[in-house]
Amino acid sequence: MSELPTPDLLYSDVEEDLRASVRDLLTDRAAPAALLARVETAEPYDLKLWKTLAADLGAAGLMVPEKLGGHGASARETAVVLEELGRSVAPVPFLGSAVLATSALLAAGGSVAAELLPRLAGGELTGALAVPLSTAPGAAFPATVSVDDDGTLSGRAGTVVDASVAELLVVPATGPEGPGLYAVEASAAQVTELVSLDLTRRVADVGLDHAAARLVVGGAAAEAALDTALTTAAGLLASEQTGLTEWALTTTVTYLKGRYQFGRPVGGFQSLKHRLANLYTDLVNARATARYAADALAGGYDVPIAVAVAQARVAPIAVHAVEEAIQLHGGIGMTWEHPAHLFLKRAKSDELAFGTPGRHRARLADLVDLPA
Amino acid sequence: MTPDDLRAQVAGFLAAHDPKTTDRLEFLRARYDAGLAWVHFPEGLGGQGAPRALQPVVDAAFAAAGAPDNDPRRIGIGLGMAAPTILAFGTEEQRTRYLRPLWTGEEVWCQLFSEPGAGSDLAALATRAVRDGDDWVVTGQKVWTSGAHNSQWAILVTRTDPDVPKHQGMTYFLCDMTAPGVEVRPLRQITGEAEFNEVFLTGVRIPDTQRLGAVGEGWKVAQTTLMNERVAIGGNALPREGGLIGMVSKTWRERPELRTPELRDRLVQHWAEAESLRLAASRLRQQLTAGAPGPEGSAMKVAFSELNQKLTGLEIELLGEEGLRYDDWTLRRPEKVDFLGREAGYRYLRAKGNSIEGGTSEVLRNIISERVLGLPSEPRVDKDVAWKDLPR
Repeated sequence: MSELPTPDLLYSDVEEDLRASVRDLLTDRAAPAALLARVETAEPYDLKLWKTLAADLGAAGLMVPEKLGGHGASARETAVVLEELGRSVAPVPFLGSAVLATSALLAAGGSVAAELLPRLAGGELTGALAVPLSTAPGAAFPATVSVDDDGTLSGRAGTVVDASVAELLVVPATGPEGPGLYAVEASAAQVTELVSLDLTRRVADVGLDHAAARLVVGGAAAEAALDTALTTAAGLLASEQTGLTEWALTTTVTYLKGRYQFGRPVGGFQSLKHRLANLYTDLVNARATARYAADALAGGYDVPIAVAVAQARVAPIAVHAVEEAIQLHGGIGMTWEHPAHLFLKRAKSDELAFGTPGRHRARLADLVDLPA
Repeated sequence: MTPDDLRAQVAGFLAAHDPKTTDRLEFLRARYDAGLAWVHFPEGLGGQGAPRALQPVVDAAFAAAGAPDNDPRRIGIGLGMAAPTILAFGTEEQRTRYLRPLWTGEEVWCQLFSEPGAGSDLAALATRAVRDGDDWVVTGQKVWTSGAHNSQWAILVTRTDPDVPKHQGMTYFLCDMTAPGVEVRPLRQITGEAEFNEVFLTGVRIPDTQRLGAVGEGWKVAQTTLMNERVAIGGNALPREGGLIGMVSKTWRERPELRTPELRDRLVQHWAEAESLRLAASRLRQQLTAGAPGPEGSAMKVAFSELNQKLTGLEIELLGEEGLRYDDWTLRRPEKVDFLGREAGYRYLRAKGNSIEGGTSEVLRNIISERVLGLPSEPRVDKDVAWKDLPR
């Protein structure tokens, strides 16, 4: 194995300050009762909260350089925001806009991206990347949208994350000159929100019928930009999954300390204590693995392996942690009124996002030379 | 004290004691006397009160000059467990008498703690020490003693007062392993070899001057020893594919005829687990360096032993027909655990001990859930009961 740089797996003071601000905001504005009240209304996303997070706290522009209107931070800080979003399952389009659409445009470069990025970074524009959420890094360039002779786009992309609240769609499409990434105004497309497994982060179908579009980047650079966006999102999602795991552990520990049966706190029974100790062990592994992926993305080293390991490991840890939370809560964990189901729905959807753990294991096997 | 100060000291020492012409033992004794043995120890005891983090600088400077070392793996129990305890609780005479030959390796140490009736519940131990004039007379049985057959000295915990609750009636001694009444018998393991021993103590006379700490304070002294054991176990940094996963991956790469899709998915799953664990260990070390030690150590040990057990099981399956064989059942007396030098069957069997030695995974899960997560403690029915009245 070649020599790798020494990663920084801790959180800096600046990152801890950022975490504190985001956590304060989400504690205040994304409490479980408020989330539950919102999920069956016509406005499942909290766009006011999104504006505060994206614009006032500057979370949408962390990865964007200052000269493009961002904060010139990196994937490490973005990962900290995602941890907090995982801890709260706040209904904001951070993944679609600040991670996917933003990463795609950053990787694409060029004048269209330079015009759009400051607006995304400043939180005045919300974006989405028009590919199915389950698309894995390394997948073939999508062939479902084509470029018409007049330069407009036609076709469809299904299960696009956060598309129902996006104003800007970044669309991979194929024309006579090959693959390209295009910028399309959402008002020029038919966006239909689907009934989604994840109640706090929705997927939508995007239909395009001669939709006006601007080419952002074409050719191999378009394929590379799409792959960079998917790789970045897959790696950073591990931080959200770490946040979900942390929520599951801390919430269950608190509940089991206060829940009495047989005249004792339920958390004093060894069979339950050991399951929580196992969750803690998983959390320690998840955090280090997710932190490594964020540091690798920020530093541009060892990215493919770091991301494959992160999704192979952390996605199932998060699902298992929330499943354990539900079991260990007993009956209340199975009710609609308890927020655990919101976390389960997020964790299970996240497991499919950007490729299942099995897919990432197969990719990892190739990357580290464990041939079939 | 800076790294450069220490490097200059080592250079000065090497100029006066040429490692090529100086006798090994003489060299090590002089290094101790110069305060360059363990720099964080006090002056006069092999150190100079420097930060512990500077020790690697000194070791590297000696190694670069081709100087002999004290073979730390051979005397690990002395260095890692006996020495910090003697330093913390020893009298001036005891520190002066024992620490120098301990560090040079002239006197090898072992640990007489566990007993057949006191494993996870160490404080239940039954080896009795009875005062007789200036001596104590010790009778009992200890077990799982690595290196007892090569040791001159042992750290020993005994029961001196059976009439008080178990944690209160213990006393800690330094025991001469060559004294009459000490009998060491090999304890053969499932691997065929005998890394460990049973030690029978029958009327062993220990002078009161070899007591470490006050009478009845043995538990407190033993805690210092055990805390240092945990630090020693969680210590080393590995590169990617360091250790067992690298060995199994190498076999996979070199032996295409052994591959099946099912084994491949399990192997890559373990590869990812090993990588996560390696990163978690790095993160823990970074926290320690930053001065904020985390409570993750117990969790690391639980995860590490589980992974070793899964990987060694997989390795045998991978080897197919060869997995039906074993390298050598002869009763050997190894000085060190040779995890990578022996064959798959040995590794599979030896790894079974990983979740037992140094705290069982079950006890560690209790520790994590109580000390880290703050869950209620196990009910303690033995807390206020005199040791002699405990059911056993």
